Amino acid sequence: MFGAAAMTTMLGLPIPLWQRLADGLAVTLQLTVFGALLAAVFAFLAGFARISRLRLVRGIAFGYTEAFRGLPALVVLFWLVFALPSLGWQLDPLAASVIAVALNIGAYGAEVVRSALAAIPPGQWDAATAVNLSRGQTLRMVILPQAVVTMIPSLSNLLIELLKATALVSLVYVQDLTFQGQIVRAATGKTAAVFLGLLLGYGLIALVLSGLMRALEHAAGKWAGRVVNS
Amino acid sequence: MTEDFITFRNVSKRFGKNVVLDDLCFSVRERQRITLIGPSGSGKTTILRMLMTLMRPDSGLITVGGDQLFPADEQQVARVRRRMTMVFQQYNLFPNMNVLRNITMAPMKVLGVPEDEAVDRARKLLELVGLTAKLSHYPSQLSGGQQQRVAIARALAMQPDVLLLDEVTAALDPELAAEVLDVLRDVADSLDVTMLCVTHAMRFARDISDQVLMFCTGKIIESGPPEQILEAPQHERTQRFLRSVLEEV
Repeated sequence: MFGAAAMTTMLGLPIPLWQRLADGLAVTLQLTVFGALLAAVFAFLAGFARISRLRLVRGIAFGYTEAFRGLPALVVLFWLVFALPSLGWQLDPLAASVIAVALNIGAYGAEVVRSALAAIPPGQWDAATAVNLSRGQTLRMVILPQAVVTMIPSLSNLLIELLKATALVSLVYVQDLTFQGQIVRAATGKTAAVFLGLLLGYGLIALVLSGLMRALEHAAGKWAGRVVNS
Repeated sequence: MTEDFITFRNVSKRFGKNVVLDDLCFSVRERQRITLIGPSGSGKTTILRMLMTLMRPDSGLITVGGDQLFPADEQQVARVRRRMTMVFQQYNLFPNMNVLRNITMAPMKVLGVPEDEAVDRARKLLELVGLTAKLSHYPSQLSGGQQQRVAIARALAMQPDVLLLDEVTAALDPELAAEVLDVLRDVADSLDVTMLCVTHAMRFARDISDQVLMFCTGKIIESGPPEQILEAPQHERTQRFLRSVLEEV
């Protein structure tokens, strides 16, 4: 019924080392996936807000991007994990980690989204007005499909950045791949081997992510009418 | 006597120190075909862009079909704007949509036309501009002249009362320009639409328009039927302008 790992834990014995690394990998993947989703939300919200017609909305988005591009993700992370609880706000460390990396990468992403929207030729807006589309319809049906294609290469860079930034969470005792690597290294003394393992682990995830993003870029290109099978 | 359909009263526009429109007054009757000519920077395109609400005057009054377009609140602007549409020098087709979608999207989303009806209408318009075979092509697969003809079909699909044409052949080489102008001649013949047309194609101006307005530095310096303005211009500036345009060709 029970796996070997679970049995040993229940008996208070050390978890097998490979199991630790696998657990760490799972945490890193979770952080990356949820961090990326939340970062995308921040990036698109703030990126669209930057071209809002309302000055206040533009101002808030500008403040967010400038603030979180300037702050080290680690400082934000310390704030969420150590400072907020002292103000009476207790966040789950894993959730805090997701939020911290998402705030940071989302700020860079907002700039990518804003500049891609701004790069669509003004003639597209003119043409949309000429057929009486509303501003929202224009953004949704004309501007965004074209802008997404140009965003994707920059966003996939940011996705890799986000993956790497998740390693910071080991400093607030979240048991990600880096954290577990340190444990294994301390237990075995095989520093070179363990760190080589970490390099390969992150490298492999990065490879998979950029492969996925390339596929996405191709699909979006078709969506935007850039790549057409004739 | 038909009533004025579009009126400009004392409309002014400046960019910094540069006066683009200077206290301009003119009017257009329903179903009239007007050609605006004049040197670049004389305010012709500005007039079209103001009607399309892509640009606001600094002062003055603009009405279309009895409704005020400027000054007006946003709702009013959107309602009045619906009667007009514009074709641009750079075509500005939506590159993320195929030809059919470019034409049907706005009628469906803005006018609430059911899809099968919008497609039906698009097919008829593509017939008018001679591009039925290109229905599912994307803009990037079409020549400039073809793109402009699709842009004309897209504009007409909105069933406008007023069609604004902004140097629609200026980006095309002569052969492709000719095919676009042929299409526009057919449009002018077959539809009851008011047309305002900025162009340097004087033959076309003569063929389709019933009035030519000559602009210079934000004012109309001469106006009248095309045979008069183009063949026997009174104003020295008009004579000079026409000489330079004809030399170019």
